[in-house]
Amino acid sequence: MPDDPLIRPECGFLAAVEERCGEKVSRCYHCRKCTNGCPVAFAMDVLPNQAMRMIQLGLEDELLRSRTIWVCASCQTCTTRCPNDIDIARVMDCLRQLSQEAGVAPGEPNVARFHRAFLDSIRRHGRVSELEMVAQYKLASMDLFSNAKLGWEMLKRGKLKFLPENVRDRAEIRRMFDKRPKEGR
Amino acid sequence: MAVSYYPGCSLHAMASEYDESLRAVCEALDVELAELADWNCCGASSAHFVDDELAIRLPARNMAIADRAGNDLLIPCSACFLRLKYADKELRSDPARWIDGPYRGETTIYHVNEFFDRPALMASIAARVERPLAGLAGVAYYGCMSQRPPKITDAPSPENPVSMDHLLRAIGMEVRPWSYKTDCCGASLTLTRPDVIHKLSGDLFEAAREAGAECLVTDCPMCQSNLDTRQAEIEARRGTRYDLPVFYVTELMALSFGDGRTARWWKKHFVDPVPLLRSKGLAGAE
Repeated sequence: MPDDPLIRPECGFLAAVEERCGEKVSRCYHCRKCTNGCPVAFAMDVLPNQAMRMIQLGLEDELLRSRTIWVCASCQTCTTRCPNDIDIARVMDCLRQLSQEAGVAPGEPNVARFHRAFLDSIRRHGRVSELEMVAQYKLASMDLFSNAKLGWEMLKRGKLKFLPENVRDRAEIRRMFDKRPKEGR
Repeated sequence: MAVSYYPGCSLHAMASEYDESLRAVCEALDVELAELADWNCCGASSAHFVDDELAIRLPARNMAIADRAGNDLLIPCSACFLRLKYADKELRSDPARWIDGPYRGETTIYHVNEFFDRPALMASIAARVERPLAGLAGVAYYGCMSQRPPKITDAPSPENPVSMDHLLRAIGMEVRPWSYKTDCCGASLTLTRPDVIHKLSGDLFEAAREAGAECLVTDCPMCQSNLDTRQAEIEARRGTRYDLPVFYVTELMALSFGDGRTARWWKKHFVDPVPLLRSKGLAGAE
């Protein structure tokens, strides 16, 4: 939550989020069940129930810049337990998408790079090549040497394939990507 | 029994021992697996981060292929299972939005444990066990995506699933109770935030040890890979040894059926399961 104690509530952001993902964030009454069950809350700068409150208050910039929306592991515990039936993990998806469309620098740049590398591999082949995806991620993040030993051990055990598998109808796969309303990079 | 099979990208690469052991178990139980023709990646944890439409369109193509095949669909990867379940629900409510042509919407989608934990197959499993895994104590670890969110997975008991417990008992294992069956191991952050998985997976190892388990058993390729490959560095950070092999449930089923191919699967594991199996008289039959 922001340091400035003076928050002037603004409903536009709440309406935009609810409209986009179809989840009634306004129903949240802050029982903190989501936060108490969240396995990654310890690594978040905004707790899940605080994120719901920030949507209600219209604190768009602060929330879209947060690390929280990227560190969420989509484990769906919050969604499963919310007594108000808010699909909180889906709201997190929506916040990540809004932040990318608004061109906000991701609070966890490497997480965004990882998903980009993953999707690029699908776009090229129709299936994910783990080796190619990790190589692209490593270059993009400039995190070249962490896990190098792990990668070598995986190669030795035949757990990484050198050649990507290709779907025959790759044009159809590319069309799915091109139908995307916005690039959101 | 003929069943459509969607392996997903992991089972064709990193989790090839899951693919091979599942095929071995199905062969032993006269379940005929027909891999979906020209399947594509489901988008896994990434598509829904970027684009809701893409997150349905990618798995919807696979569901349309399965719909035409007309059999039940078996999906061993938890991420694939969840994404195809999402797509199936969307397709049933509004097929024209996602695909050209009709969608019958009669495919039942199974994840591995729920597929086998049905009366007829459980009877075949009991009849096939040649070497009960007596004295092997482990915990059943289900992870997130085969269970949550239940409105999509249709899991009957998402906070305390029991299907894998049933399977492991049927092959003679000692299944220890623990409260971490569905706690997240953090696998989706394994490359990007290793500090997070050190805590989440480390806590699972502690809990498994406290429960008296000698191994973890899972049916999720991301969980298996994360818990197996990261265990040594978590041990180093926490200054302890867990030495907990992480099995696929199908590997142990095949072992109990007396399958001769298990040794090649153990070679893919980072935490070597052979010493544990040998101590129980369960290794060396190959």
